[in-house]
Amino acid sequence: MRDIYLDNSATTRTAEPVADAIYDMLVNCYGNPSSLYRKGLEAEQRMAWARKEIAALIGCDSGELTFTSGGTEANNLAVFGAMAMGRSRGKKIITTAYEHSSVGAAVRRLSDQGFPVVCIYPDQSGHIDIEEFAAAVDENTALATFMAVNNEVGTVIPVEKLTRMIRRKNPKTLVHCDAVQALGKIPVKVKKWDVDLCTITAHKIYGPKGIGALYLRRGVHIQPRQVGGEQEKKLRPGTEAAALAVGFGKAAELVSQRMQEDYRRIEEISMALRHSLWMTPGVVFNSPEDAIPAVMNISVPGIRSETMMHFLEQRGISVSSGSACSKGAKSHVLAAMRLPEERIDSALRISIGRYNSLEDAEAFCSALSEGMKSLARAR
Amino acid sequence: MKEIILIKNGEIALKGLNRSNFEDLLIKNLKWRLKPVGSFIIRKAQSTIYCEPADDSIDLDDAIDRVGRVFGIAAFSRALAVEKDFSVIAAAAPDYLEDTLRAAKTFKVEARRSDKRFPMTSPEICRELGGVLLSRFPHLKVNVEEPDVVVYAEIREREAYLHAGKIRGAGGIPIGSSGRAALLVSGGIDSPVAGYMMAKRGLELIGIHFVSPPYTSDRALQKVVTLMEKMSRYCGRMKLFVVPFTKIQEEIRDRCPEDLFTIIMRRIMMKIADKIAKDNDCAALITGESVGQVASQTVGALACTDVATRMPVFRPVIGMDKEEIIRIAREIDTFETSILPYEDCCTVFTPKHPRTKPKLHFVEEAENLLDCEALMAEAVAGVDIIEIRPQ
Repeated sequence: MRDIYLDNSATTRTAEPVADAIYDMLVNCYGNPSSLYRKGLEAEQRMAWARKEIAALIGCDSGELTFTSGGTEANNLAVFGAMAMGRSRGKKIITTAYEHSSVGAAVRRLSDQGFPVVCIYPDQSGHIDIEEFAAAVDENTALATFMAVNNEVGTVIPVEKLTRMIRRKNPKTLVHCDAVQALGKIPVKVKKWDVDLCTITAHKIYGPKGIGALYLRRGVHIQPRQVGGEQEKKLRPGTEAAALAVGFGKAAELVSQRMQEDYRRIEEISMALRHSLWMTPGVVFNSPEDAIPAVMNISVPGIRSETMMHFLEQRGISVSSGSACSKGAKSHVLAAMRLPEERIDSALRISIGRYNSLEDAEAFCSALSEGMKSLARAR
Repeated sequence: MKEIILIKNGEIALKGLNRSNFEDLLIKNLKWRLKPVGSFIIRKAQSTIYCEPADDSIDLDDAIDRVGRVFGIAAFSRALAVEKDFSVIAAAAPDYLEDTLRAAKTFKVEARRSDKRFPMTSPEICRELGGVLLSRFPHLKVNVEEPDVVVYAEIREREAYLHAGKIRGAGGIPIGSSGRAALLVSGGIDSPVAGYMMAKRGLELIGIHFVSPPYTSDRALQKVVTLMEKMSRYCGRMKLFVVPFTKIQEEIRDRCPEDLFTIIMRRIMMKIADKIAKDNDCAALITGESVGQVASQTVGALACTDVATRMPVFRPVIGMDKEEIIRIAREIDTFETSILPYEDCCTVFTPKHPRTKPKLHFVEEAENLLDCEALMAEAVAGVDIIEIRPQ
């Protein structure tokens, strides 16, 4: 059975040159980057190369990047780190109701500790009103944190515009952007965006799992979440994951070479998919038309997400159940969009990547139709 | 220094003429349970079971942990075995009991002398050993009424044993002494608790689980396997029979009235369980049903499922509140696994308004719309068996 992987927003297949680079690091260039002898220096130099590649991809200085274990850690570091820097900047946090849980839960904890939080809700199409967001910023606002691309529905926040509006309201407010889902799919340019902090991760761009990075604008200070060594300018001490960092660098290099090509390919598949699903009665779109082509969230009201997901899985197709079954938690994103229960219970997220083809989209559509015919309607 | 585990007669929760059979069974169970820890010499003498590590590398903490989960033992002791010579006993006791005695304020010594050739009497041993301990731990006071710690010195046939009291055992009676039964296990909170409770009454278990791919996932099955593995730390080795159930559920949905879906499904589950149970020498079925918990567990619905089989059906949690069941589930460490959010076959196709007071003849009539025998035979033929062993 052919493997049809349509869950590229969950994670991606590691690109072969990336895997090769990691392997080479593991078996040949295994020195500790902090060691003073040549073996250490070699590892350090390769990491420096990787940092430069990643910095080039997001348009910053390599000195402004801190490697972390992934997106969750970088988001935690950004939110907690920024809010731990005293009260001079203010206490309030402005965020959206559909952030990834590594921002959402961090903000909730701070809220429990007494920090005032304003949460902006998306509309039914999954868009955040940036006027409303910026209007919430006042002189007491320490941090504005929002995602560039939503992971479940693929809607985009115009970061540059929003940041400008925030700056106008309060130039001291720190702006953090979670660009995990944006990287590799839309241009991520932190200087142009003018954000202070930005989270990215390797495994959504055909790199390895276990490594991400936080961009921290030079001159902005946040408090580290862990203490110990001197690594990563003390912001994230601990022996560097040199092999994974190099894998991240290689993935970034590939993305910068192929972004146009990837985008065109994904857009073509996405359009075919959308068209075909449009023609399938019983399918409802949860992603608006202006969502990024790589992410498409749909519902098949009446058939539970989990059931359809397993049905597709039996045909070799991996998609995300976007929400959860009756016993699990509902998708907080779709719930924040205030979609009807029936749509939340039956949501599926298809996310397209570099290695997909038009045939994958066709196979998905025909399996979905088959499933809609044969699967029991949940009563 | 050699430590051993002592299980004494009065601590075995058994009575009557079968006692020696039960003890033999208990020893057999102990051997199985201690096997992963290493080699033990387990013997019965003078109405005591001795579990003696055969070599020094054995982790006795692990062994104690396992013995504490063997049914049939109300209490046991971890003791130091020493030569039957008072000077040796007096030299070993302070070091062996140091941690316990430092944490205590008062103590007393109790001596038992079953070897009457030993030159000191029990009161003499108490007095002398008490003196030794007092001089080593001057903060201690003797209190014979309510001491914090009782130090036991037992002079037995082969050796002398020192310990500081009993550890509570798992209770119950040895697994296998009541025969074998089949547990219907869904993946929820109740069935592992029900299985644990009946295993405690001496039943050896097999598990029966129904799967409905694609409505249920591999993870849901994995969850049941994990639950059974956790149970097996008490219940020993078990077989899990996995029954394919999709076709039956689809047939019920297509042919029977919607409000009777759940009750018919449960009756068929019972009938299939009955078949598997009989084929595997089981004398009873066990379920985790509790009155009134869900629509299929009303008294009326239970009456309908009950007559689907002629085997006795044990429902040990029938009168318990959810809170009480959860307390046991936490105790046996199945709770966290049980609440993992995977769809199980009981929640698939659940009717919006299930019948809570079904009339048996209506149910039977509806059931006749299905080719039950053929469907059940097909399901039984497709059974997968998974061996569950304590980890």
